[in-house]
Amino acid sequence: MNTRKWMLPSLLMTLVLLGGACGDDDDDPVAGQDGTTTTTEALPEFPAGSTMAKIQEKGKIVVGTKFNQLGSGIKNPATGELEGFDIEIAKLVAVGIFGGTVEEVEDKIEFKETITGVRESAIQIGDVDMIAATYTINDARKQQVDFAGPYVIDGQTVMVESDNTTIKALTDLNGKKVCTGRGSTTPANLTAKQIKPSELVLRDSYPECADELRQDRVEAVVSDRGILLGLVEQSQRAFKLLDIDVSEEPLGIGLKKGDDAFRDFINDRLEAIYESGEWAKAYEATYGKLGLATPQPPAVDRYPTTGTSTIKATTTVPASTTTTGGATTTTTTTTTSMANTTR
Amino acid sequence: MEVVLDNRDLFLAGMLTTVSLTLVSYAAAFVIGTVVAAFRVSPVPPLRAAGAVFVGAVRNTPLAVLMVLFFSGLGDAGILFTRYTSAVIVLSAYTGSFVAETIRSGINTVARGQGEAARSLGLTFPQVLRIVVLPQAFRTVVGPLGSIFVALIRNSALAALISVPELAGNAEQLLTDTAQPIPIFLGTAIAYMMLTLPSAWVVNLLEHRLAVKR
Repeated sequence: MNTRKWMLPSLLMTLVLLGGACGDDDDDPVAGQDGTTTTTEALPEFPAGSTMAKIQEKGKIVVGTKFNQLGSGIKNPATGELEGFDIEIAKLVAVGIFGGTVEEVEDKIEFKETITGVRESAIQIGDVDMIAATYTINDARKQQVDFAGPYVIDGQTVMVESDNTTIKALTDLNGKKVCTGRGSTTPANLTAKQIKPSELVLRDSYPECADELRQDRVEAVVSDRGILLGLVEQSQRAFKLLDIDVSEEPLGIGLKKGDDAFRDFINDRLEAIYESGEWAKAYEATYGKLGLATPQPPAVDRYPTTGTSTIKATTTVPASTTTTGGATTTTTTTTTSMANTTR
Repeated sequence: MEVVLDNRDLFLAGMLTTVSLTLVSYAAAFVIGTVVAAFRVSPVPPLRAAGAVFVGAVRNTPLAVLMVLFFSGLGDAGILFTRYTSAVIVLSAYTGSFVAETIRSGINTVARGQGEAARSLGLTFPQVLRIVVLPQAFRTVVGPLGSIFVALIRNSALAALISVPELAGNAEQLLTDTAQPIPIFLGTAIAYMMLTLPSAWVVNLLEHRLAVKR
């Protein structure tokens, strides 16, 4: 449907405006996107012939990412700079290769736009060295590429009216009227969790779902956290998000299949930035500005090369430690449909 | 086409909603259209103006806009019609404006002298319309009224905008769930044709039976 074509841009615009608005109150945090981090790494040495050594020698790392997702990666229309959590993670990984500080490596990273459908092939043909683009780790993809991480857990959640006390858990949606976007993966996600709303209302945009909620035509809206956070802001807190995960998607860094040394290196690097607090700073500077509380970083999954292990990152993130939920703006599966219709 | 056959219940349910939306809305549109057409040819200026304003406003606004405006706008004002009722009201009003203009054109084909003759026999204006003019007017516009009916079947797809589970909306969600666009679009097109082609055929038949032979 045609409306889908303008839905994404308009949603993003909304989120950009809202993101700017709600970011005002925490302008002081530790690491800004332009990087106030002072952590300096010495120039590391790598075994000759390794991907890291080649990148270091080349003096440039090519990173695939998305340019249109607020929170994870979006091109700031004012500055032309990319901003977002995926971008910050890519910079921190690059510091591990080139040494120095986040600001110093910025010149050594070339970001290439990799929309959902082209990520595997971009890695396979060597167009990019690695991909940080809300890339959900799953077994089907592991047949084609390898993943370091996960470095964050993404997910969908539930929005209700602030004074709602009847819906507390996902199962409370059974027999309730629920609104979501037509063409989103939410219906499938709910079915997978065996949730049967009395009516599943499908609207063409999420502000329309917010209308439905305000007019009490539905009792809950289910979608990606980033989208719902924007609606909560817009409603002047007439709505709230619940601490519920409808779907959980571990996001990883994609790299060439079989390059175990590079994968181990990125996994080590991720653990190092978990440890140093740089991961948390990056989170605060990006998703934090959308109102997400910083969760515990997920444990990296060093799956065997056969690529068949299933990720159970949830076990390492106790739900109790995440106050408003520990995940990111968009589930990759939803992005698929959006990217396909907006291309 | 397997994905269509596997989900034939969804398609059938969608078709059923589409048919019911169409029939109910068309019946209402027919009444609205006749009344508005009568207004537009009446000798009372305020009625003529009201008819013209209704047709002008409704017929010149995109149906999608009317649909969402009526549903969400009235909802904001605290008037909550159900999705189905909202869709029927909007589809009837929109289609009614087209029916009105069609009937008015039919009325214009009836010779002026007939109305004048009827008035001189002592019939009131409503009687002239009901007994003399409208029966002839309808017969000349059976074809165009049929086209409006077929158009309504397709227009009813816009009820999906307010989440009425009709054919097109059901198909679109199925598309996301299965990611098989070609069979689903083909299946949807065929389902619509299963409704529109027989309708067109019936309209043709009626036209031959009822049309004024000249």
